[in-house]
Amino acid sequence: MKLLRLLAAIVCLTVLCSAEENLNGAGATFPYPIYSKWFNEYHKAHPDVQINYQSIGSGGGIKQLQSKTVDFGASDGPMSDQQLQATPFKVLHIPTVLGAVVPTYNIPGISSELKFTGDVLADIFLGNIKKWNDGRIAKANSGVKLPDTDIIVVHRSDGSGTSYIFTDFLSKVSDTWKTKVGKNTAVNWPVGLGAKGNEGVAGQVKQTEGAIGYVELIYALQNNMSYGSVQNAAGQFIRASLDSVTAAAASVKEMPDDFRVSITNAPGKAAYPISSFTWLLVPTNWSDKTKEKTFVDFLNWMISGGQGMTTALNYAPLPKPVVEKIKARIKDIK
Amino acid sequence: MRAQIKLPVKQDSAPAGAESPSSNGTGAAADKPLSLVPAAFKIKFQTKNNAFADGTFRTLVILCALSVMVIVGLIAFELVRQSHLSMAKFGFKFLSTSIWDPVAENFGALPAIYGTLVSSLLALVLAVPLSLGTALFITEICPRRLRGILSLLVELLAAIPSVIYGLWGIFFLAPLLRTEGQPFLARYFGWTGLFEGPKYGIGMLAAGIILAIMILPIITSISREVMLAVPRQQREAALALGATRWEVLRIAVLRNARAGIFGAIILGLGRAIGETMAVTMVIGNRPEIARSLFAPGYTLASMIANEFSEATSDMHLSALVEVGLVLFAITLIVNAIAQFMIWSITRGMPARNIA
Repeated sequence: MKLLRLLAAIVCLTVLCSAEENLNGAGATFPYPIYSKWFNEYHKAHPDVQINYQSIGSGGGIKQLQSKTVDFGASDGPMSDQQLQATPFKVLHIPTVLGAVVPTYNIPGISSELKFTGDVLADIFLGNIKKWNDGRIAKANSGVKLPDTDIIVVHRSDGSGTSYIFTDFLSKVSDTWKTKVGKNTAVNWPVGLGAKGNEGVAGQVKQTEGAIGYVELIYALQNNMSYGSVQNAAGQFIRASLDSVTAAAASVKEMPDDFRVSITNAPGKAAYPISSFTWLLVPTNWSDKTKEKTFVDFLNWMISGGQGMTTALNYAPLPKPVVEKIKARIKDIK
Repeated sequence: MRAQIKLPVKQDSAPAGAESPSSNGTGAAADKPLSLVPAAFKIKFQTKNNAFADGTFRTLVILCALSVMVIVGLIAFELVRQSHLSMAKFGFKFLSTSIWDPVAENFGALPAIYGTLVSSLLALVLAVPLSLGTALFITEICPRRLRGILSLLVELLAAIPSVIYGLWGIFFLAPLLRTEGQPFLARYFGWTGLFEGPKYGIGMLAAGIILAIMILPIITSISREVMLAVPRQQREAALALGATRWEVLRIAVLRNARAGIFGAIILGLGRAIGETMAVTMVIGNRPEIARSLFAPGYTLASMIANEFSEATSDMHLSALVEVGLVLFAITLIVNAIAQFMIWSITRGMPARNIA
């Protein structure tokens, strides 16, 4: 009898659960903490809506969206024209938060913050600058006594949005990088060791004297790592921070209507040059209209109330003009 | 119908039991309740044991065995199907070129094939003497009380998840290699050309060592079992002939157990080839062929694990699946070679020593 009652309770519960609305998304791992926070908060405000998100990687997110196994996708890099053509329906890119990549290094005897110009970074990662006391590094860092140590490059071995942003920046500031290596989530690195994940790169850099690597800004902030500043397009050396990253997005002069824009090497004076949007990939036309209405409501909440939750998790919020522009674009979902 | 036909037969075979006379007594009413129940049970039980049940069981077992083949077949089929894009573009060049460039979509898996084989062989070179020594000690020399503890410790090694080995590799092994191991090797064995170049700590050598530790328990425990299975008389016979302890181990134990030991080594090799996580964390992930074991390398499994989740272009994905196919083929080839070697070793040997 007891068992029967328990069974009945379980059945009731399942029925109740299935009564609520379930939306499924998949994609980028970088924004996962803020997305799960948003979906959670939104669920608290709307108990009948449950948005599930699987952080399987941008590539997987795009693939699953194209095959319609999820309602929406998410990516750290915009979909290419080729990918959009291969998708049987129209996809809208909605920027959600901003990320940035910072150079981190371990040089014996150096505790101050180093300054890097774009072309010096490119030449270090190309293997052209081999020693820390190279004249070109010293030029930007007058007053710092750089040692005669070999530079050991550490890069991400796993395909990653972080690598995409970093190589995108290097492609913009160095023609050699653009022609020889290019930009992608994984590239053919000319030199260096590959380490898995932000934690792998950070660990390897921390252990190896003379090492330089790059990690996600959030990772560096959360772990109190020191990192270098990078010269932006306006010639200023900017240290990455949530403000300077938002400034990069704000300084983009012509924001395209589909938001598929790279904001690395942005023109603003206060802009940190290795920054990027991360996007939600949303179909403009949903077959399930109630789901569509719910998700539009979520998006509107995300760009208003949701943006206030970003800084607590070390994500840079979207600048005002971009938010206004997104508001207008969301109306295209119908 | 079936039960009726079979009934007499079963009753004929039943009298073997102690109660058989009572089951034959058809008229004895007093006996009936007592005797009929077991008889009925016997009949019921035994009808299931007939040709029909045999046939069902046979089919079931055949299906089980077939499912293995079907699964292997499906895996191979899917790997070939998904990699046709890269096969069509690169052909056999995929196996012989060294460039892995996802941007230009130019893929060659040779460094990863090389890295897979070298890291696994290195692991075997390090692990086999260590494992066999441990197994010999446990079975032949070790005091009985220590034996259980030692076996337990070895098996504990097998239970550690590979990501933990990877972390240990990054935080303990790599720094140790960088500051102690690599300078030592470079100083005394640098002339071989295998130990030169910058000392990163991580690299092919670190991967080989981690793999060696990971395959140590499997080789040790299987060889131990095989050595224990060597009949005591063999040892006594050798002793009786005046053999020293070492000669007993060599002639009686190792010689009789060699097929099983070989099998253990092959199982270890299989694990080394397919190991992904720990290797990815310490090998340096660089698709390059270098003579020095200090240099970073790459393995097929690491390549897939690293790049699959963020690969967006079809060609990149297809190339990664083809990497999987190559890994699949290497595993098959290694196993085939191993089977052949075991077969050639065991010719003319008594079957009981094959583990």
